[in-house]
Amino acid sequence: MAVNVAALRSQVETALAGRIPAPFTCRSVQVETAPFDIAEIDVLTGGLPQGALTEICGSVSSGRATLLLSALASRTAHGHVCALVDGRDTFDPYSAAAAGVKLERLLWVRCHNIDQCLRATDLLLQGGGFGLIALDLSVLPPKTVRYVPLNVWFRFRRAVENTPTILLLLDQESNAGSCASLVLRLGSESFRWSAPRIQRAPSSLNSCACLLNGSQLHVELVRSRLKAAAGGHKFQNFARVNETSAGANFKTKSIWSDFRQTVIESK
Amino acid sequence: MGFASIYVPNFSIQAVVRTEPTLRQRAIALIEGCPPLERVVAINEAAARAGLDLGMTKAQAAQFPSIEIRQRSRSEEQSTHAALLDLGWSISPRVEDTAVDSIVVDLTGLASLFGSEEAIANILAQRALDLGLLIQVAISSNLEVALHAARGFPGITVIPPGEEAKRLGALPVQVFSPPPEIIETLERWGVRTCEALARLPLLELSERLGQQGVQLHQCARGASKRSMILAEPKLCFEEEMALEYAVEELEPLAFLLARLLDQLCARLAARSLSASALRLRFELDTSSASEASPAQIPNTRLDEKPLEKIYEKNFSLPMPMRHSKMFLKLLRLHLQSDPPRAPIVRIFLASEFAAPRVRQEGLFLPSSPDPEKLELTIARLANVVGNSHVGSPRLIESHRPDAFEMSRFIPSHNAPEVRQKDIGSPGSRAPMAAFRVFRPAPRARVTLREGCPVHISFPTVHGEVVAASGPWSTSGEWWREDAWNRQEWDVEVHSHTASNTNAFEYSSSAAPQKGVYRIYYDAIRQGWFVAGMYD
Repeated sequence: MAVNVAALRSQVETALAGRIPAPFTCRSVQVETAPFDIAEIDVLTGGLPQGALTEICGSVSSGRATLLLSALASRTAHGHVCALVDGRDTFDPYSAAAAGVKLERLLWVRCHNIDQCLRATDLLLQGGGFGLIALDLSVLPPKTVRYVPLNVWFRFRRAVENTPTILLLLDQESNAGSCASLVLRLGSESFRWSAPRIQRAPSSLNSCACLLNGSQLHVELVRSRLKAAAGGHKFQNFARVNETSAGANFKTKSIWSDFRQTVIESK
Repeated sequence: MGFASIYVPNFSIQAVVRTEPTLRQRAIALIEGCPPLERVVAINEAAARAGLDLGMTKAQAAQFPSIEIRQRSRSEEQSTHAALLDLGWSISPRVEDTAVDSIVVDLTGLASLFGSEEAIANILAQRALDLGLLIQVAISSNLEVALHAARGFPGITVIPPGEEAKRLGALPVQVFSPPPEIIETLERWGVRTCEALARLPLLELSERLGQQGVQLHQCARGASKRSMILAEPKLCFEEEMALEYAVEELEPLAFLLARLLDQLCARLAARSLSASALRLRFELDTSSASEASPAQIPNTRLDEKPLEKIYEKNFSLPMPMRHSKMFLKLLRLHLQSDPPRAPIVRIFLASEFAAPRVRQEGLFLPSSPDPEKLELTIARLANVVGNSHVGSPRLIESHRPDAFEMSRFIPSHNAPEVRQKDIGSPGSRAPMAAFRVFRPAPRARVTLREGCPVHISFPTVHGEVVAASGPWSTSGEWWREDAWNRQEWDVEVHSHTASNTNAFEYSSSAAPQKGVYRIYYDAIRQGWFVAGMYD
């Protein structure tokens, strides 16, 4: 059996000699990454892989937009020009500015259906030169996004390969499959209020007694090409991460949290 | 160094050929006049060989099967003359605008820049070809000699000092454009060339032909002298084309625009400039459109505006550019999205000029999209989602909720504000919770208990409010029609979502979902709305 395998191996190597020098040797691919600027996620994922498709999925208020703004803020702060293909025109420039996104480096494409989104993304990928292209389909019906043919994601992946561009896809469910180099699933653990229940007393009106302070979110690493490569798989540099430890919690804060803290401290 | 005279032979024909280069090898006749009294006013050599003559009627000219008949175009001649001046100014600021078909350039001090006189003449001929012109160049230390030699000799002529009379000797006296009666007299005398004219005794010539004879004699000897009359340098880049047949479709229009853009960019290149904006104007044939429209569109509203005769569009470019192909793509994209409403009979194209873009990329700066490509990409995106839906958001100094405006996307190339080590450090702060705005805000049904929302229902979300913060009153600009007056709440909703294709959030799972929304009671519209959600 061993002899047969060796013979087969040498036969394959001979047949491919002209085109592939070492078909059974795993190529070490150096993937450059860019930070999310959220320490917990950067530690978990190693950052956003450049020249690859990253998918972030999650349900309502699970922190998808927070992650998107954080990535945009990080990229634009480094001087990259970024583009956002907004699936349902829900991007809030005030939130983005508060998160540190340099709006003058952000090209915002306000779409209203999936066709516009995909065509706009195609055009942006063809144009080239962007540091990050985000395709936000998280507010579109999952059914609509599910009907996007898989070859679209393959095409996007091929278009972004060997470029310094990060292609970020946000949706409610994972749709890109193996085209995505990194898949994260987000979920909300709890929301932090300064007073835990509904303020019923009329005296509390217009007070800062009850305020949304932020949320506790959970991020799960579903797939990572980077992690697999680091794990040293010999013939496969892509794997589904299924360890229970592949997750992390992180907190978000509301825009007024810093201001409120300053007021309380001054008192 | 002296003067270089540039002459465009058969100027009217070349003005037409410049916009239709395919005609260069064909026999062409230009006609002018009101139908049916149109007459041939210019022909090229091929047409003359075919037997065509000046003054023939259009009907006579049409008898020749191989002749291309075109209307003489004053606007194209003006553009060609402007291009000729640009050619002169491309090498020297001292240019004389001698005639519509000839200019004189002062070559003093240009040797160190361009080399010998022959080299300068070759450069001029090459640049003229780029501008679509075939020229005759003559260089002489005497301005008048250069002028006459350019008119008389084909190609490039360099006349060394002292050989003016000898070189001009072979030219016919018609080269000086004397009045017809003097030509007739000289013809009677048997004087046909400059050499023969120069040999005539000056005193007797003066007695018979007067001062004009003396001047002609001086010209023939190469001894006439005059100062150069400098033309004021103009930076006006305009091209115009009158069409014989109205153009209705984009493809043939793009073909014509390409020619004009090529010429415009060649002129800009000759002056070492770029375009910072383009101005496109079409003259429309509204008569045919208005005749056709009632039949084609029977339900046309009476209050609809009448068709305008002029279609005008301005394109400001994010930075100076000079690529005619890029301009053509831009124009095509814009014309696709906003086409003219009637056939086009005249095209006018002008460009604002600017110094060419000079930018040194920083060694440690990240790469950014190529400006020309980016402009095209944005134009294509605008075709997909609309002009107002592509750009860069700009915040407005206002308390109005969701107040921003879309500005043109011109990425700044300043150095990044942060260093690599600042990002992602373990001690970095918690990220800011992002907000998503629902545009337009969907109407909601909210149940209140003791003034607080306890249940909310809007498309796809029906749930109990488990935490709420508010009301936060905000109002403003009461003097305007679009004033706002609302009481906002941040609410945490635990809901069972339903599938609906017209809503903002969807879920396939049956488990209760937690979401934080911002809702508000609009005191003006008297109803509850969902402003957006925290995500």
